[in-house]
Amino acid sequence: MNKVHTPLFHLTKRTNLSRSGAWLIRLGSFLAAIIIGGLIFVLLGQNPFEAYQSIITGSLGKSVALRQTIKIAVPLLGTAIAIAPCFKMRFWNIGAEGQITAGAIGATFFALNFAGKIPSMPLLLSMGIAGALCGAFWALIPAVFKAKWGTNETLFTLMMNYIVIGFVRWLQGGPWEGKPGSQIIPNFNPDAVLPEVFRIHCGWIIVLALTIFMYVYMKYSKHGYEIAVVGESHNTAKYAGMNVAKITIRTMLLSGAICGLVGFMVASGANKTLYHNVADGVGFTAITVAWLAQLKPFVMIVISLLLAILDKGSGELQTRMGVPSSISDIITGVFLFCMLASEFFINYRIIFTKSHKKEAAK
Amino acid sequence: MQDNCSIEMRNVSKTFGRIKANQDVSLKIYKGEILSLLGENGSGKTTLMNMLSGIYFPDEGQIFVNGKPASITSPKDALKQGIGMIHQHFKLVSVLSAAENVILGLDGSLMLDMKEVSRKITEICERYHFNVDPDKKVYDMSVSEKQTLEIIKVLYRDADVLILDEPTAVLTPQETERLFDVLREMRKDGKAIVIITHKLHEVMELADRVAVLRKGKFVGELMVKDTNPQEMTNMMVGRTVMLNIDRPEPVNPTERLNIQGLTVINEDGVKKLDNVSFTAMGGEILGIAGIAGSGQKELLEAVAGLQPIKSGSIIYTPENGESEDLVGKTPMQIKNAGVALAFVPEDRLGMGLVGGMGMTGNMMLRSWQKGKGMFVHRSDPTALAEEIKEKLEVMTPDINYPVRRLSGGNVQKVLVGREIATAPSVMMSAYAVRGLDINTSYTIYNLMTTQKMKGTAVIFVGEDLDVLLELCDRILVLYDGKVSGIVDGRTATKEQIGLMMTRFEGEGGEKNE
Repeated sequence: MNKVHTPLFHLTKRTNLSRSGAWLIRLGSFLAAIIIGGLIFVLLGQNPFEAYQSIITGSLGKSVALRQTIKIAVPLLGTAIAIAPCFKMRFWNIGAEGQITAGAIGATFFALNFAGKIPSMPLLLSMGIAGALCGAFWALIPAVFKAKWGTNETLFTLMMNYIVIGFVRWLQGGPWEGKPGSQIIPNFNPDAVLPEVFRIHCGWIIVLALTIFMYVYMKYSKHGYEIAVVGESHNTAKYAGMNVAKITIRTMLLSGAICGLVGFMVASGANKTLYHNVADGVGFTAITVAWLAQLKPFVMIVISLLLAILDKGSGELQTRMGVPSSISDIITGVFLFCMLASEFFINYRIIFTKSHKKEAAK
Repeated sequence: MQDNCSIEMRNVSKTFGRIKANQDVSLKIYKGEILSLLGENGSGKTTLMNMLSGIYFPDEGQIFVNGKPASITSPKDALKQGIGMIHQHFKLVSVLSAAENVILGLDGSLMLDMKEVSRKITEICERYHFNVDPDKKVYDMSVSEKQTLEIIKVLYRDADVLILDEPTAVLTPQETERLFDVLREMRKDGKAIVIITHKLHEVMELADRVAVLRKGKFVGELMVKDTNPQEMTNMMVGRTVMLNIDRPEPVNPTERLNIQGLTVINEDGVKKLDNVSFTAMGGEILGIAGIAGSGQKELLEAVAGLQPIKSGSIIYTPENGESEDLVGKTPMQIKNAGVALAFVPEDRLGMGLVGGMGMTGNMMLRSWQKGKGMFVHRSDPTALAEEIKEKLEVMTPDINYPVRRLSGGNVQKVLVGREIATAPSVMMSAYAVRGLDINTSYTIYNLMTTQKMKGTAVIFVGEDLDVLLELCDRILVLYDGKVSGIVDGRTATKEQIGLMMTRFEGEGGEKNE
């Protein structure tokens, strides 16, 4: 009876996986990532245990290293929080990079023109507000086009990035240039630098506060409900009497404003100046963070820390063991791949074909 | 009988998570026979057939094709083994011609010989008296032509087994008759035909044998000549069900909606409603009949404020109060004007509900903006969800379980339950029982009648003329966006309405000026 060719396995969707089961799968794929990454180190002739050790000590071992790791995680988390409502609404805002940069420009304007003229506290406050407004404005443009004429927001937000980054290049060599010919904007006056708490710029407190805010906003507010409905179906939203255009624009304003705040924090807290690469790819990596966390704000804390550890740790790997930086990118890729793969195994079950035999009950 | 057996399914099971869609089903399909597969929603009919057509692979059990064990791994594979399925939702590419759609996905040599393809299609058409032009684009085709094309697609691949999932849902009575003639012709040619349908009178008319599924299990089979609709229903449901619709006289009908000269032009510039005029009375059910796409959707959406209106008026008169024109108002403005309008749209999950949310989240669609402050209130919707789950016997593991994962009947109960809970003065529904089983359908009919007795103006867009004639007090027939007439539900006949659906009878209706 079993002579016919039957496929080796087929997939079925799971619906009954318990929470702990899902976490077991995640843990398993994390271990798989460690093993695959280890194999890569072996292929390179490195001791994988040593390599992992240097990643851990390099990112968490000393308090200096730990502080730097957190510094990397702060903008990642902040930006992931910012784009979460857009993605929930199925509005593909991949322009966080530009919105961060726009925010940094707004903050820098106040830092360069008002430092020393007004006290530090109101200066920082006006920098933050200017950052948020500029970020929101940069997000508003594609949002209005989408809401009014249905333009493709993915391309639009992406293109907006290049415009604003080019604008900073011009500022660097033009009106805001420090030493003539340097192409560099001078460092901020200490009044315009975010104060430190536990010797890390206090952006981390702002970002954690934003995380809590976003959790409450998405889960309990009317706005959050509207965003969820619009994300599922514009027709349902209209049917329920929602103004889809208004919700789209409002959500993008919020998203852009938070991105702008992140830009302010990076310029004022971490870099203490503005340069064209202020966003440094954070706007894109944050998409990974948001998706891996399934748009859950508190999970984003864990994911952004994890990516920061890999980032910082692999830098250490490079200096200590002479592993080329491209390898550390590969290791990061392996981890991301395995984490995404775990979602596949959480959603689907592989059934190996056993004809006419009772399958192990599950 | 053994050599006559085309397909045999032996002890087939299929599980989706917690749900056992099919459990130990054994079924034989014979050549030269029309088998009707019956069962309530969620009884596993479509899943079972999808395993034959290669969409799903059975978890357990074995399928035999012409007596030999077979393994069907994809729809293409199924066709290779002579099994073709015509799905409820057509799978055609609308910018391609009939012939191009037919050969889509077929292996072949590098060069296409479209002449040969057209010749073979014409041959099939002649054999079964189809009337399809191979060069006609799909977007120019009527629903019935598209269905014919789907059938040709399967025949072109030399299928011996044809599975049709609710083929008559979108057809007029005349088109249904033609389809049945074709199926009878195929039976004569020795093909095995399986038809999934909820309409028992069609089963009586067409099928030789019925197989009944209940809750994923095979409960038995009947020869059509020895049975009747009542027996089949009882077998499907597992208990005795009353098969008649109560139609009490309208109570104190008063004018609720007065629509005059309503014209709607859609985004593509096509006139979907053309000078439509009628009144809907509180305390009666106004049925709306018509071929799918004759403007039913646009009519209901125009009243709900979801469709831009070119011209005309929609005057709403509440039980005691001032009349008001709803034209130009958004859904929110209509609601704020105090119009208690319930609307069960055709696209349940795409318009009426949020698929990813549970019952509670869906109850909130009607109440989310209630209350002061920026936070939503969940306690009332939760209570309402519990109440609807209880009263309408919604089968869901939890009121926060995503409604997308519920079966069609339960999805509709959630939607209708919510709309009725708004205590509407006008209740509109589009294809409220499409895809629903007998039991749930009758629940819905009763809910409509209950609303009518409460004095609500019920507008019921339907496709089953037998039901419209049993349920409605008056029936408005739409033809190509125009009112081709309004008839009395108690005296009109099916043939009369069928004719009005296919040609415009200008002066036949009341107030058609």
